Amino acid sequence: MEVAAKETDSKQRSDVVLQYLRPKKKFPSVWCAGCGNGIVMGALVRAIDKMGLSRDEVVLVSGIGCTSRLPVYLDFNSLHTTHGRALSFATGVKFARPDMKVIVITGDGDALAIGGNHFIHACRRNIDITTILINNYIYGMTGGQGSPTTPSGAHSTTTPYGNVEKHFDPCELAKAAGASYVARTTVVHIPQMEKTIAAAIEHRGFSLVEVMSNCHTYYGRLNRQGDAVAMLKNFKENSIMTGKAKSMTEEQLKDKFVIGLLHQADKTEFCEEYQKVIDACQKRK
Amino acid sequence: MADRERRLLLGNMACVHGAIYAGMRFFAGYPITPSTEIAEGCARELPRIGGRFIQMEDEIASMGAVVGASVAGLKSMTATSGPGYSLLVENLGYAYMTETPCVVVNVQRGGPSTGLPTKVSQSDTMQARWGPHGDFTAIAVAPSTVADTVTETIRAFNLAERFRTPVTILMDEVIGHMREMVALPEPGEYEVVEREKPTCAPKDYVRFADSERGVNPIPAFGEGYRYYITGLTHDPVGFPTNRPDEIAVKLGKLRRKIDNYRSETVKLRVEHMDDAKIAFVSYGSVSRAALLAVSLARQAGVKVGSVQLYTVWPFPDDQIRELCRTCTDVIVAELNMGQLIHEVRRVLPGDVRTHSLLRYDGEILTPVQLLEKLEEVL
Repeated sequence: MEVAAKETDSKQRSDVVLQYLRPKKKFPSVWCAGCGNGIVMGALVRAIDKMGLSRDEVVLVSGIGCTSRLPVYLDFNSLHTTHGRALSFATGVKFARPDMKVIVITGDGDALAIGGNHFIHACRRNIDITTILINNYIYGMTGGQGSPTTPSGAHSTTTPYGNVEKHFDPCELAKAAGASYVARTTVVHIPQMEKTIAAAIEHRGFSLVEVMSNCHTYYGRLNRQGDAVAMLKNFKENSIMTGKAKSMTEEQLKDKFVIGLLHQADKTEFCEEYQKVIDACQKRK
Repeated sequence: MADRERRLLLGNMACVHGAIYAGMRFFAGYPITPSTEIAEGCARELPRIGGRFIQMEDEIASMGAVVGASVAGLKSMTATSGPGYSLLVENLGYAYMTETPCVVVNVQRGGPSTGLPTKVSQSDTMQARWGPHGDFTAIAVAPSTVADTVTETIRAFNLAERFRTPVTILMDEVIGHMREMVALPEPGEYEVVEREKPTCAPKDYVRFADSERGVNPIPAFGEGYRYYITGLTHDPVGFPTNRPDEIAVKLGKLRRKIDNYRSETVKLRVEHMDDAKIAFVSYGSVSRAALLAVSLARQAGVKVGSVQLYTVWPFPDDQIRELCRTCTDVIVAELNMGQLIHEVRRVLPGDVRTHSLLRYDGEILTPVQLLEKLEEVL
């Protein structure tokens, strides 16, 4: 009985995703079998569906990379832009139409290397944009080069002797730069991911959801972390909820993924503040 | 109209007023000499009329925001100078590829690199045509007075909406920082082109459908059409494609939609060309010197004329050829090391001698210099 109920639930969940796919888009997707991107796409769709948003009011903006191909499959207003620049385009859309829900889909290379400047300034403005950053430690589309989140010592095609650089923690970066909602999840924590994405969209201000994901094709292979299943297992076994992480030492948290809400602040939002300027100017006139 | 209030106006502010007249409601920019007054003017004026101004973190971001706002339905503009233009060409290329209407102002200064921030130049003439990588047809307009700057800015917005493409306004430091008496236009005095919206149902809408005219109606995001925009070469629906037949259609459309309607983009000021043996061809601040030089030389009985390009790109091939039909010599005067001259040479018959009058030391070309060149050619 229980198994049957679970199967029905699973079917309903995938049916929701099917409803949101673009009717004219040809499949299969560009993603490798076992890639986490599809899992994030499903969670995003279910979060939007559960929130009851109209498709017309949702804008998906992305840059370049495997992750940034996501908006092509979904039936929203979609803007697939240049490498690293998604947040600047998204800023234009949101500022022009503050009533719309603007969601940026990006990867670690896209958001933090070439797009690092746009990332910190979008955080600083606290403009009401939801950014879903899928972090797989590597450039997938171009074939496995090191990114700003590639850990020290890790191997990639451009760090063949091990990475000598330090890596960014996107969540710490966003928090320091002024983002008012910062959370982390992984591709194996699906119900949590759905809830986190919904909460981030709901949040008024700049929100970042970092999703730890697997690139078994490059990162996993070059660092002997096994196939997709092995990498997912790693996320499952080494993720710690924020509450529990508080009582753990730095030593104990080494190589762990702290997941959950990491930061939330009540701050003024950019478009709302600018609206006050417009209102004041027009009153004066 | 003669009794209309005239005011002393900075060239860069004339650009702001022209843009607002044309319906601009969004500006994103980054400070750079000698264009900064345009951003400052927009910061002051836009909220008063319910418009929006944002100072972005660089010119790349400014151009991204401009495209984003245009896609969301607002007439949008950014303004910069050479170094900033070099940065924004990345997302300008995106605007060409995605056929997004918008306006980019380049108040030219000396280059390359940081060059001469406070000195005049026309050395971005070719960059306005070939800035972004790839093949496309660009439109660029150029004012030569403060009053022109108002009307050319209006024309730039109209061309952007008509052709669904970015339009560059090639100003220069002299025009941008010059003050002249100007009467701002009354509502209704100039045509303002509004964006063509689809009349079909969303399910029948094809964002990049090919047609003879080569342009498509554009609904704003949020109006129920939910289409997909990408900088990747795309099929008519907008999805990325690698099919040779679809690639050819897309790239052909980008050029044809402007090249086949050149008469709608061309604008020239022609003086004394009917019987001219010698012609000056120029644009922008140089044309002011050309007009004075021509009028002085005519008083001395020299059959010389002037062709001023208000539209620099696409280059008015047929019109230049036709206007210079009586000429034995054509002098191309420009503030660079020779850019426009190549276009003039390309379009004129081989028996017309072409001459370059160049200045690239940060100073203007004076009427005396043009007269000296004229004497040399005579």
